[in-house]
Amino acid sequence: MLDLYLRDLKLGIRAGGGALIGILFFLAVVTTIPFAVGPDLNLLSRLGPAMLWIGALLASLLGLDRLFQADREDGSLDLLLLASDRHMLALSVLVKCLAHWTASVLPLVIAAPLLGVLLNMEPVALGAATLTLLIGTPAITFIGATGAAVAVTLPRGGLLVSVLILPLAIPVLIFGVSASYASVTDPAPFLPPFLILCALTLVFAVVGPVSAAAALRAAQD
Amino acid sequence: MPMSDTTSTSSTGTPTSPAGVGWFSALANPTRFLALSGRIVPVLAVLSVLVLVIGLYLSFAAPEDYQQGSTVQIMYIHVPFAWLSMMCWGVMSLAALGTLVWRHPLADVSLKAAAPIGLVFTGLALATGSIWGKPMWGTWWVWDARLTSVFVLFLMYLGIIALTRAIDDASRAAKAAAIITLVGAINLPIIKFSVDWWNTLHQPAAVFRLDGPTIDPSMLWPLLIMAVGFTLLFFTLHLTAIRTEIWRRRVQAMQRIAARRAEGRTR
Repeated sequence: MLDLYLRDLKLGIRAGGGALIGILFFLAVVTTIPFAVGPDLNLLSRLGPAMLWIGALLASLLGLDRLFQADREDGSLDLLLLASDRHMLALSVLVKCLAHWTASVLPLVIAAPLLGVLLNMEPVALGAATLTLLIGTPAITFIGATGAAVAVTLPRGGLLVSVLILPLAIPVLIFGVSASYASVTDPAPFLPPFLILCALTLVFAVVGPVSAAAALRAAQD
Repeated sequence: MPMSDTTSTSSTGTPTSPAGVGWFSALANPTRFLALSGRIVPVLAVLSVLVLVIGLYLSFAAPEDYQQGSTVQIMYIHVPFAWLSMMCWGVMSLAALGTLVWRHPLADVSLKAAAPIGLVFTGLALATGSIWGKPMWGTWWVWDARLTSVFVLFLMYLGIIALTRAIDDASRAAKAAAIITLVGAINLPIIKFSVDWWNTLHQPAAVFRLDGPTIDPSMLWPLLIMAVGFTLLFFTLHLTAIRTEIWRRRVQAMQRIAARRAEGRTR
């Protein structure tokens, strides 16, 4: 399992793995929005958490369709499926998701504070946004695995994955953004939305890999 | 070219199921299903028209709300549409279980046929809701919990429809759609309880409550009759759509056979 994690991590970080593309896309999205809404610093600092979350959501959806497709092309997906009598397939999927998250989403989370400074966000809001991103983005990857597994046999599945996953990712977005806003605005408490976000990640950590494993098996026969 | 389960059983005749499994698996034979549903559909259609006519008459005869005036009559179609949009996903989830667990050959047909109907009901619920919202709330749309979660349901219907039509192999498309449907079923309780969990503009549940309905009987009865009418309409449409899909697959299978024969003749 650790080997699988390291292998996927290496593949992800290497050139063509898509990790860099994700972070470039994130930068592009976040830097485009100030051009669209204008350089008003007060407005930007108010929109900041939302922009970071939208950027992270889109960037993490971007690379998802490659989660299983590359493995399918070189045949290692078949090996994973064959090894499923030794390891639970859902567990392998979970490990793959974690590796994918480390390689292509964790850099976004690390880059988020830097971009937040550019957006004139307060330090507290910055910390909260980064923390919610750190907790919330795995949920998108986990549930995205289901979409990626369903669309693995399709030649142009990328867009379909996003369409299928976006509705399920919306709760994550809602609670992530509301938790980051709650840290700045006074009456709203930070903890409840944040705990719901944690719960969402945990639920998706089970639902995502299990259903993705079922979808991969179904696509096999 | 791989054929779907439905066409393969229909071309070989009766499925090889052991005797006494029950009527549910007996329906797995599309020919038997077509014969039975052919008798049920006209009855359902007549019943749904009848109940809807009675319901419409009653809902126009129902008293006007003391605050909302005549716009309250939108409720008699809006609420059934919203219930049905969720019930349809429930039916699809059952069908998804049928595909994945029992491998019932008609379950995937049922899922595929139900999705567009559910999409229309969800769209109608959103549309009537926003027409009702304009005079009452002063706005067409707010991003409150229930509206947003029903809108998410609308998007999920679109996703399922896109998915079932993106994969040409029918049995593979069925399994993929079934998995996404079951994952999407998480949204149903969220919609139902969204008005209780969050303080929102949309009013809380008035009919299905633990302490009984809070709506006056003079309005409750027309509403329930309309709901029954639209449910009957849903099943009429659903059965018709299943029949159409079965016929469509048979035609496809026949076309394939014809094409294969024509190819053999030219060679």
